[in-house]
Amino acid sequence: MISAERIPNNVTLSENKRLQRALEHWQPKYLEWWRDTGPQGFQDHHYVYLRTAVSVDAQGWVHYDYVKLPEYRWGIFLAEPVRDRTIGFGDFLGAPVWQEVPGDFRSPLRRLVVTQGDTEPASVEQQRRLGHSCPSLYDLRNLFQVNVEEGRHLWAMVYLLHSYFGRDGRDEAEELLERHSGDADKPRILEAFNEPIDTWLDFFMFAMFTDRDGKSQLLSLSESAFDPLSRTTRFMLTEEAHHMFVGESGVARILDRTCQLLTSGQAGFSEDVRRLGGIDLPTIQKFLNFWFSLSLDLHGGEISSNAAIYFANGLKGRQYEQKHPDHKCLHGTYPVDVVVDGSLETRNVPLRNAMNEIQRDWYTADCVAGIDRWNRILATYGIPERLRTPDRKFNRGIGIYAGFHFDPDGHMIECDEWDRRRDEWLPSPEDKAYVKSLMAAPIDEPSQFANYIAPPPKGINRKPVDFEYVRTEL
Amino acid sequence: MTFETHPDKYRHWRLSCDGAIATLALDVQEEGGLGDYRLKLNSYDLGVDIELADAVQRLRFEHPEVRVVIVRSALERIFCAGANIYMLGQSSHALKVNFCKFTNETRLALEDASAHSRIAFLAAVNGTCAGGGYELALACDEIFLVDDGSAAVSLPEAPLLGVLPGTGGLTRLVDKRKVRRDLADVFSTLAEGVKGRRAVAWGLVDAVHSTSRFWNAVDSRARELATGSDRPTNARGITLGPLNPHVDDDGVSYSHVELSINRAARTADVTVTAPSEIQPQAIDEIVEAGDRYWLLRAFRELDDVLLRLRFNEPDIGTIILRTRGDLERVVSVDVALVAHEQHWLVREIIHFVKRVLKRMEQSARSFVALIEPGSCFGGTLFELALAADRSYMLDDAERPAYVSLSPMNAGRLPMGNGLSRLHTRFLARPAHVDELLEKIGPLDASAASEAGLVTAAPDELDWDDEVRLAIEHRAAMSPDALTGLEASLRFAGPETLETKIFGRLSAWQNWIFQRPNAVGERGALAAYGTGRGRPEFDWRRT
Repeated sequence: MISAERIPNNVTLSENKRLQRALEHWQPKYLEWWRDTGPQGFQDHHYVYLRTAVSVDAQGWVHYDYVKLPEYRWGIFLAEPVRDRTIGFGDFLGAPVWQEVPGDFRSPLRRLVVTQGDTEPASVEQQRRLGHSCPSLYDLRNLFQVNVEEGRHLWAMVYLLHSYFGRDGRDEAEELLERHSGDADKPRILEAFNEPIDTWLDFFMFAMFTDRDGKSQLLSLSESAFDPLSRTTRFMLTEEAHHMFVGESGVARILDRTCQLLTSGQAGFSEDVRRLGGIDLPTIQKFLNFWFSLSLDLHGGEISSNAAIYFANGLKGRQYEQKHPDHKCLHGTYPVDVVVDGSLETRNVPLRNAMNEIQRDWYTADCVAGIDRWNRILATYGIPERLRTPDRKFNRGIGIYAGFHFDPDGHMIECDEWDRRRDEWLPSPEDKAYVKSLMAAPIDEPSQFANYIAPPPKGINRKPVDFEYVRTEL
Repeated sequence: MTFETHPDKYRHWRLSCDGAIATLALDVQEEGGLGDYRLKLNSYDLGVDIELADAVQRLRFEHPEVRVVIVRSALERIFCAGANIYMLGQSSHALKVNFCKFTNETRLALEDASAHSRIAFLAAVNGTCAGGGYELALACDEIFLVDDGSAAVSLPEAPLLGVLPGTGGLTRLVDKRKVRRDLADVFSTLAEGVKGRRAVAWGLVDAVHSTSRFWNAVDSRARELATGSDRPTNARGITLGPLNPHVDDDGVSYSHVELSINRAARTADVTVTAPSEIQPQAIDEIVEAGDRYWLLRAFRELDDVLLRLRFNEPDIGTIILRTRGDLERVVSVDVALVAHEQHWLVREIIHFVKRVLKRMEQSARSFVALIEPGSCFGGTLFELALAADRSYMLDDAERPAYVSLSPMNAGRLPMGNGLSRLHTRFLARPAHVDELLEKIGPLDASAASEAGLVTAAPDELDWDDEVRLAIEHRAAMSPDALTGLEASLRFAGPETLETKIFGRLSAWQNWIFQRPNAVGERGALAAYGTGRGRPEFDWRRT
């Protein structure tokens, strides 16, 4: 039985027969999915100190307690409505926002919701084995917090599909549970979500860069003329911020530890860092290169008719649309470097067709700001090296640079040079094996942290760092 | 614009043969379009389709051992996104119409190869399959769709672009695959299409298979299909060499066909010449002659002429057809064809001639056959006169002209309606057709006129004026009216998939292509993907 008690919500679930009927069918499948493909080995005997959103106000949002993962109360929340909200961009600028899906935009809106929804369970699947190699109980708890919230984000998208898209929406909601990350038969829609995440360095980079793409997409969708989508994504953004905190602070703590090793007098070179069981800066840079470039792909093609259609019809805007001076973008162009006969040429693309690229600009700047914060750690230790984002043409699998090769500075190079130098720029099999070797066993003592990572400056919800964030009861 | 190509020159298709099974893999080069657009996601333009037409043709003539063709994409997770929308948006009306006509003829050629050469086509749809992509799959005998949770077949033209799936898609849905009309209606208005089990349940595809089993399933089905063919296992194909025509501003000349353009009169003279040497009667000699065999060569040249006229010469509205040479020699070729019609190569030649004649009838030009002394409208070549809108035969006792029928006129070269041209011509008098075919032999002008085989038979005193007036009168009429009139009169008799595609789907499409709702400044086709927002429609229905 679907009970509003078990499912915290602010969508009057107890009165909504249609939603109840849809969820009655879907929820058991969701739980089955969570057991089958959620955190492996942490379903029945572990109590995790998790935050559960029980309402959208400030109180309900910081509700912490121990909970067994399958018993987590996944809820349905929309940000409070904005009174008299009007459409903020595109051809319908200034018109009242839509409370229902207009028939003529049913298909593109559904595609947007499904594509976003598909990423949420995908990341849970990608991360399902990480629990067995956690660097601390604190980190293990953070991983599970991210996982259950990704699960809740799936609920959010499924709520939209169930409530606004009829029978097709219900079918799509089921298929969100049928596709699986990396599954040869039914893979997830976007490629970055089919990459395995088997080390914690990958996980932190993913949370830093790929979840930041999530933030970027949610910001764009929160501008949507379809108000339920806007309200849903606005609420999701508060949770997404925590995921990025996990990623950014995770890498920061690894960097901190690496700096400690470099300045300890025992290590002067990156090889020495490895000898001491830390992760050297060149390796961190390579993982950064990989996840940053993969996440750039998620913003879609540089010159895109879909992006133009989404913007024109008010379906998906730019991040913080109100900060832009022109909300119609009918005139004006945007310069995009395109490959013509083996060299780059700047082409002026109509603004609307360049929306993906404009959003990628925002995303890149947001990443750079985070990397600057990392570099301050290096500066504090007096270490001259700096991390940086590779050029956005580097290692792309989607868009106009896919199929060509660029070095991290954005210079076009031949295929054989790429093959020769790839391992200088991206994690080599040896790099991966080394990082994995650091994580052979989980650290499950509350006061302990793996050697390659520094403890956090403070705990969760004012608890101490050595709090038992995950309890095992056999 | 030229239409000859060769697998060595293909940019967009890869043709490979492995015994009885050939694979045609679509791998469209984004930068390889004929105009200023990028062919993204395996979308196609005329250049891509010319290669497909060439490949299907070569499989028939050059690879008699091939019994199954797997049509697939070389890309992952994308089969084909259909005709390139920006190309359509940029094209003139005439180019759009001719592009669709050519692609339709190519799809029908696939089905012709299946029906008559017993080459089964298996569409292995390994990813997104939209619009013209699905129409290509529909032209195949069977469609396998990968079931990966995303891959769908779709006809998004109406909901997305405000036009129709113009390559036979709608017709094949209900007529060939016999999809229920209400489901076809839902499907054709659903931009995102239908995938997985529902696609099978609705009859849109024949089977779905998971990604890991997909290629095995395709492979084993291809092997099964190969057992159902009667193509020879040990025959050697012939090579279709280049035509090497001589081209100048006002004409093209080939070995047996001559095109000469009169721009002031907006007419063109097309002359087909009989073989200068006696043609082989033994099958080995015909195979040995290969692509130099007169009839094959002449009709390849004629096919090329028709395409050049369609695409390169929009102003030339009236085509005057002539033949020149020994009538008896021409008819003797037909005798050899009929004697060996079971042989794979002869079968291919006959069906190719049939397709060229159909191409002529599908051309939006007026055709007038002039039958003069020294001409050789016999048997197969007489089909040119029957295919023409009118024929004039000079009745001059001192220099008599003759025409002749042959068994080739008795249903071996059917029209799109499935009937012979004679049968279609004499719909009211089927017995008359039998009579004509019973006493085959040369007919002079009065006999031909009496038999109803020519439109008129002016004598030598009237001939020049009659012919001149007829052509000038024709050339002065509205080209649009003539196109509609000819298309309405040429195809009497029963409907077939083919006549429905050209006569209904294409005709409606060509109307829609002219309407502001599609091509106006704010029309759906013009607005698509430009970011100019959604189309503005004139909501009045007719």
